[in-house]
Amino acid sequence: MNFELTKEQQMLKDMVRSFAEKEIKPYAQELDKTSGFNEQAFKKMGELGLLGIPFPEEYGGSGGDTVSYAIAVEEIGKACGGTGLSYAAAISLGASPIFYFGTEEQKQEWLVPMAKGETLGSFGLTEPNAGSDAGGTRTKAVLDGDEYVINGEKCWITNAGFARQIIVTAVTGKKDNGRSIISAIIVPADAPGVTISCNYDKMGVRASNTCEIVLENVRVPKENLLGDSQKGFSQFLYTLDGGRISIAALAVGIAQAALEKALQYAKERVQFGQSISKFQAIQFKLADMATEVELARNLVHKSAWLKDQGKPFGKEAAMAKLFASETSFRASNQAIQIHGGYGYMKEYDVERFLRDAKLLEIGEGTSEIQRLVIARHLGC
Amino acid sequence: MNIYVLLKRTFDTEEKISVANGQIQEDGAEFIINPYDEYAVEEAIQIRDDKGGEVTVVSVGNEEAEKQLRTALAMGADKAVLINTEDDVENGDQYTTAKILAEFLKDKEADLIIAGNVAIDGGSGQVGPRVADLLGMPYVTTITEIKIEGESVHIVRDVEGDSEKIETKLPLLVTAQQGLNDPRYPSLPGIMKAKKKPLDELELDDLDLDEDEVEAKTETIAVFLPPKKEAGRILEGELSDQVQELVNLLHSEAKVI
Repeated sequence: MNFELTKEQQMLKDMVRSFAEKEIKPYAQELDKTSGFNEQAFKKMGELGLLGIPFPEEYGGSGGDTVSYAIAVEEIGKACGGTGLSYAAAISLGASPIFYFGTEEQKQEWLVPMAKGETLGSFGLTEPNAGSDAGGTRTKAVLDGDEYVINGEKCWITNAGFARQIIVTAVTGKKDNGRSIISAIIVPADAPGVTISCNYDKMGVRASNTCEIVLENVRVPKENLLGDSQKGFSQFLYTLDGGRISIAALAVGIAQAALEKALQYAKERVQFGQSISKFQAIQFKLADMATEVELARNLVHKSAWLKDQGKPFGKEAAMAKLFASETSFRASNQAIQIHGGYGYMKEYDVERFLRDAKLLEIGEGTSEIQRLVIARHLGC
Repeated sequence: MNIYVLLKRTFDTEEKISVANGQIQEDGAEFIINPYDEYAVEEAIQIRDDKGGEVTVVSVGNEEAEKQLRTALAMGADKAVLINTEDDVENGDQYTTAKILAEFLKDKEADLIIAGNVAIDGGSGQVGPRVADLLGMPYVTTITEIKIEGESVHIVRDVEGDSEKIETKLPLLVTAQQGLNDPRYPSLPGIMKAKKKPLDELELDDLDLDEDEVEAKTETIAVFLPPKKEAGRILEGELSDQVQELVNLLHSEAKVI
């Protein structure tokens, strides 16, 4: 056993932390207000190699591991939850599926510019009637000669407004047992028939770009099929397993930010002649927050480590996502409580943490779905 | 261009620092590259990128300084040398560090040596000039701009807020002042590459130095934190009364007049 980060991981952490302090955190409040997207930060993250952390150098990546990636997500999420979400989605959902399942040509065409930070990509799975129940997918792709013709609708797609391409899941046929065959197809965002509108008014993670996509007779070459046409479903289950680690890391970042804010405030705020950090009621809250953050981070690092070792990590990733996102919500809630009336004011940041944290209990599989996944791993 | 950078690992003075038993407590302190040395590293990399050559970063310290040297390598330096004095030097001072560095540098044929203007911990600002002196090399401190054309060097240095322009020649030692540049972040590919770059570790023996040759010339009597800043006081009443009270307080309480 060795819980220590490697020198490279430690250096990466220091680098991302100071970068996020300077280039991301100062904009968090404003972007939350305007629901803007920090394009400048993404450009700089690309230059620093952060958008290619888990991909090998031959594909324009930095050749880092999942643990390094989780560290980067945590530090960025600590500075701004919305930017953190867009960052995590860009890698876990936009780029990773092409790295996992793409052909060499697809990797060169789509993955390399993403890993270098020159472009962003999205993953279009969720529909008005299908999310975790992928069987409800209604988007259809029909082969017509050498092209797929795609029709359907996708919702809540992260980064689509800035994406060069979207990996879209669509029904391509029926199995003998009557179940739909779901495939994943790479659709250029500028293909005729693709309409992307980003008008959601969200509760939190407002600095993250979220869009609705309508596909009307969109034609793409059949070479754009991603991976096995029969196994689209298991492919995106694998993709989501990996994505959970990054959502969990983001949750740890927000929880850590909430803890630090609350601790600092508790030490400064004087009531009844002493700082409120001297009161046990406040101390117990801070102790619980710190303990849960530590536990959540350990679980995130463990599931990332398992993935890096090529071992099964689905159960641990679901546990990490479940525990970290709920920790993040609780810690943000307690941070507001410790701040009292000030905490309810936007100026003090902690109310934003709570709104941002709420998404993490919902996105990429709700907490209920995580419990189902974990229970299945237990053999239920 | 054969460029050397003198780098110190120091605690981050923006983080909380505590003193116990006359020593700064290293547990819980954050350690960084001395910020002025970071300017030095950045400038060295820029000059190398422009003129070609090699940047070697040198630090006198203990094993822990490897992390800061690796960070400099990740920023883009080519080589690093750690002169580990952990076993040999108990209480070093500026003389100690300068003597060791000069001994290391004397046969390296450096064209340019860049150091930080001052370290944020000890704050003596002596090591750079002392090294230059021991090497018999000209030096310019607190530079904010440097341009090299052939052998000649054009420098702007900060003189208590004013600028002084200096023309000089290589070889040369300069110390970096804030404003010289904006140090880059070490990129992730840079961090990965740093793993494979050479980092040599030397001890006093390797430099043919004895412990007593580098013995400190100064003695530290006490280490303490500056007094805590008290809340200010606002005087009230008629202006003339306030002036009267202020003068009284300066005399009787602050004892400055």
